Amino acid sequence: MWKMIVRRFLIIIPQMFLLTIIVFGMSYIMPGDALTGLIDPTIRPEEIERLRELMGLNRPFWVRYWDWFTSMLQGDFGNSFHHARPVTHIIGDRLPNTIRLSLVATVFTYMIAVPLGMLAGRFRETIIDKTIIAYTFFAMAMPTIIFALINLFVFGFTLNWFPIVGSVDPRIDPGTAAYWLSRLRHLILPALTGALLSTIFIINVLRSQIIDNENSDFVTTARAKGVPRRVIYNRHIFRNAALPVYAGIGFAIVGLLGGSIFIEQVFGFPGMGQLFVSSITRRDFTVVNALIMFYGTATMVGTMLSDIFITIADPRIRIQ
Amino acid sequence: METANKSHSPMRILWREICSDKLALFSLFFFITVVTIVFIWAGLLDPRAVLRQDLRNTNIAPNSEFWLGTDHAGRNVFNLLIVGARNSFIIAFTLAIASSLIGITVGLIAGFYAGTVDNIIMRIIDFLTMIPGLMLILTLIVILPDSVFNFGLILTILGWLGMARTIRMITLQQGAMDYVKASKTLGTRNPVIIVREVVPNILSFMVVNLTLAIAGTMGVETGLTFLGFGLPPDMPSLGTLIATAASPLNMQLRPWLWLPAALFVLVMMLCINYVGQALNRAADARRRRV
Repeated sequence: MWKMIVRRFLIIIPQMFLLTIIVFGMSYIMPGDALTGLIDPTIRPEEIERLRELMGLNRPFWVRYWDWFTSMLQGDFGNSFHHARPVTHIIGDRLPNTIRLSLVATVFTYMIAVPLGMLAGRFRETIIDKTIIAYTFFAMAMPTIIFALINLFVFGFTLNWFPIVGSVDPRIDPGTAAYWLSRLRHLILPALTGALLSTIFIINVLRSQIIDNENSDFVTTARAKGVPRRVIYNRHIFRNAALPVYAGIGFAIVGLLGGSIFIEQVFGFPGMGQLFVSSITRRDFTVVNALIMFYGTATMVGTMLSDIFITIADPRIRIQ
Repeated sequence: METANKSHSPMRILWREICSDKLALFSLFFFITVVTIVFIWAGLLDPRAVLRQDLRNTNIAPNSEFWLGTDHAGRNVFNLLIVGARNSFIIAFTLAIASSLIGITVGLIAGFYAGTVDNIIMRIIDFLTMIPGLMLILTLIVILPDSVFNFGLILTILGWLGMARTIRMITLQQGAMDYVKASKTLGTRNPVIIVREVVPNILSFMVVNLTLAIAGTMGVETGLTFLGFGLPPDMPSLGTLIATAASPLNMQLRPWLWLPAALFVLVMMLCINYVGQALNRAADARRRRV
């Protein structure tokens, strides 16, 4: 098992290396550099050239890459062209919002997917199962952006059940109970939108796992002992069927992070996805690069954790 | 011999399976009808007249003259929808075919040669799946010169991964089968085996995945255009209409601008995906029967 975990961990090193090369390579061909945000029209061209030399912008690719890489490891991503503030501060402002959104969305995903997957598996080929399968089909075919827009239109604008923009009501003082309640109210619609579309994998896995487990010996034994059907399904089979579901949590979070660009944009939710879109619109490339690095690292680590979790949880893989 | 051969051709089996699923058959015909109508209708419209501004008739709600109302520049939304749908279809079909061709080629090579070749290709695919694709696409769209060709190229470069994975998996299974071994023993060259023997056997999977790729590409195009990084403004698409919903005023007070386009995309996606899933089941059933 340890050998597998170490091997899985080692794969991440070349992956990270390639990611940094791609991001730095892109920043190489991007217009603008660290000076763009600092100069004003009165500066003479010779002065700019002197500053460039001073800042080391004329050195070869690999020297600059190494410089960029080591300062990134120390948490220095440079300054935003647009905000003229360190990139880490700008991302730091948005990070809690995105983390809250993906956490709530993950909780919703599991709250919806686990009962539905179990029902579909237990009552397969019945009307319940068929309805759930129809729902997963809709969730698969539905483009995130359209689902988000329709939800916002129906529940935000028309029915007025939820706020239509932002992450908190700015009129409420921070720190009070009403403040956190307002935050939660702002989270529900975007989180539900993301969650309803990301349940497919868990429902399908759980359904097929339950069907697979139904005929196994431990079910026959339990039935012979007289354990009620409900208990057999909810306890005995579920424990065996749920392994891939727990393990999928890494993938679920990664998927929600990826989908958050559209959702944050539609709901005007000030998270990192929205920051990315506004930064790329302003050609604020230092922020863009830092965000790509962040999301790339998050995906790699998330996938690795899921892989390792499966290894630990499932003895069949552990032995290999 | 002739008839036996025909009844086992993959496309014929797919067709038979589609026919047995009434809803899938209906979806397929509905989709084809809509595409045909959109193409013919859009061909009849004068492209410049569709985009011409008419400032006396701005933001009119749907009525008998303007079926879906007009936008902020007084353009007829229904005509924009028809032309936009045609453009979106063209983009979706072209890009889906282009990225599928890459995916099929890579998948066939990885699956057929297996071993080291497969290992290297799979590591590359794994890596490309890990990088945040949407962000990379947006960044590339911004730093590369603005053109429809570049837009397509960027989407194609990152769009072939899923297809390559599926085709590789199926080709791996085919490679272990007797007909491939027999061909190898007879001394047939590998590229010939791939093209003449493996490809016809996995054709149904290619069709299935191409269908799903078309749906996926439509979704991506719509999404990118919504974010403001899609096609140029003189080329209306479903995404441009949906993007009008980004303004709260349009979203709340003028749903005729974006809702028809959104529902159009949704219905098309449901149709394509339903056909794709029915085909998928058909392809699977065939594998089980053989």
